[in-house]
Amino acid sequence: MKTYHLTTPIEDKDIEDIRIGDIVYLDGIMVTCRDVAHRRLVEEKRPLPVDVANKAILHAGPIVKDLGNDKYEMIAVGPTTSMRMEKFEEEFVKQTNVKLVIGKGGMGEGTQRACKNSKALHLVFPAGNAVFAATKVEEIIDAQWKDLGMPETLWVCKVHDFGPLIVSIDTKGDNLFEKNKIEFNKRKEEEIIKINKEVRFIK
Amino acid sequence: MLYEYTEPILSEQGSKMRDIMADYISVVSHRLPDDVAKKLKELAKIEVDPLQQLVYDTMRENQLLAEKMKRPSCQDTGALQFFVRCGSHFPLLGELNSIFKDAVYRATKEAPLRHNAVQTFDEYNTGLNIGNGIPSVFLDVPDDSDKIEIYVYMAGGGCTLPGAAMVLMPGEGYEGVVRFVMDQMTSYGINACPPLLVGVGVATSVETAAMNSKLALMRTVDSVSPNANAAKMEHLLEDGINNIGLGPQGFGGKKSVMGVNVVNTARHPSTIGVGISTGCWSHRRGKIDFDAELNYELPLNEGVEL
Ligand code: SF4
Repeated sequence: MKTYHLTTPIEDKDIEDIRIGDIVYLDGIMVTCRDVAHRRLVEEKRPLPVDVANKAILHAGPIVKDLGNDKYEMIAVGPTTSMRMEKFEEEFVKQTNVKLVIGKGGMGEGTQRACKNSKALHLVFPAGNAVFAATKVEEIIDAQWKDLGMPETLWVCKVHDFGPLIVSIDTKGDNLFEKNKIEFNKRKEEEIIKINKEVRFIK
Repeated sequence: MLYEYTEPILSEQGSKMRDIMADYISVVSHRLPDDVAKKLKELAKIEVDPLQQLVYDTMRENQLLAEKMKRPSCQDTGALQFFVRCGSHFPLLGELNSIFKDAVYRATKEAPLRHNAVQTFDEYNTGLNIGNGIPSVFLDVPDDSDKIEIYVYMAGGGCTLPGAAMVLMPGEGYEGVVRFVMDQMTSYGINACPPLLVGVGVATSVETAAMNSKLALMRTVDSVSPNANAAKMEHLLEDGINNIGLGPQGFGGKKSVMGVNVVNTARHPSTIGVGISTGCWSHRRGKIDFDAELNYELPLNEGVEL
């Protein structure tokens, strides 16, 4: 488990040596981007109104306070289930050249391919820690696709020391959660056999 | 599209109860109940790897910040649910639905809470955190007292997702119940933000089993079923799921759950209904008890005044 500090714009060489299980802290630009934004880009073929190339996106729906005059304050922000974006992520990474995809839980084969071919990482911020994360957002510098409502808006955030981010897919396409899952399923079967000996309540 | 909502005209006491509820909802959003906070502390001590430690440290820091800054500790403040036991002589019984809905409406602005009500089929967010059937109110009138007990629950999306129920044939037995629960843990458990509180309901049909599983989440994490066999199953499942080794956030670790609670009711001879609901580590479950004069107690939040 190594620790890295990355600053946007992120180049391929900055992340090539980072492996699953490593920890990253981010400085620079991170844009919240989730279900409908992915769908709009990939399926509806609408260009993303924010340039995320060499930057980071966060699968999240934050609580934001509107201060008026296009000023906003981040109240609470944390990752949402990344797997919901799996269907779109390979294409998304390819089209946008985003370098860090941050969310919660693992992602699948499409994202693995994208991380390998386009040199990107999928990382996990420990979910549920939304105030902690919000204090790492220095400023919301832009908001796009506001018609999607507060959770789905693209909030462009300037972050400092945003983390800990645990690497779940690296640029070789290795996948931490998929590896864990094989082990979890094996152990589950062993446990079920043990438990079932003791729950024959219907006799 | 626009969701029409006009604040209701409540009685004087009704308004008072609404205001107290709105204040309490804010508290629930930024402070975990005592039983959950205590359990997380215990579990943090058991995990030794630096990665797990880092996750628990982040959690601890987050809860301190949330309390200090009076902000929702997790951005997903859920779709609000109320599980209520109300004596038939509680004076505001007839106003309860309006009180709860308006309390959520107000708390959403004050806390602030996230806008989590999407009208189905028309598919638009009401922007108010209330909608048709949100908040949901489940009311039981068990006796003719003049008191009321209310569980307030913020059910986040991630921890709602593993929810499932099905009806087994009796031949599948309690072994079928075990399989159902365990499979749900490896498929959906990780995204529900472990360590989890797992609620298991056993009854006749999908809705009764599902309801029992949700009521199981209202019990404290260390509580034990009064039925000896159900208690045994709680214990076995707790060890079993821990041994799967999900760990905090699914990164692997010694403990996957804060607890397993089983709630059971009788079943039809031809069926076993089984339901599962999960609560995440950020299990924002509150309880507030009122008497007829609206004096209240907060049994899960020692030292908190509204
Ligand atoms: S599962 Fe719970 S802690 Fe995790 S994001 Fe959802 S509400 Fe927050």
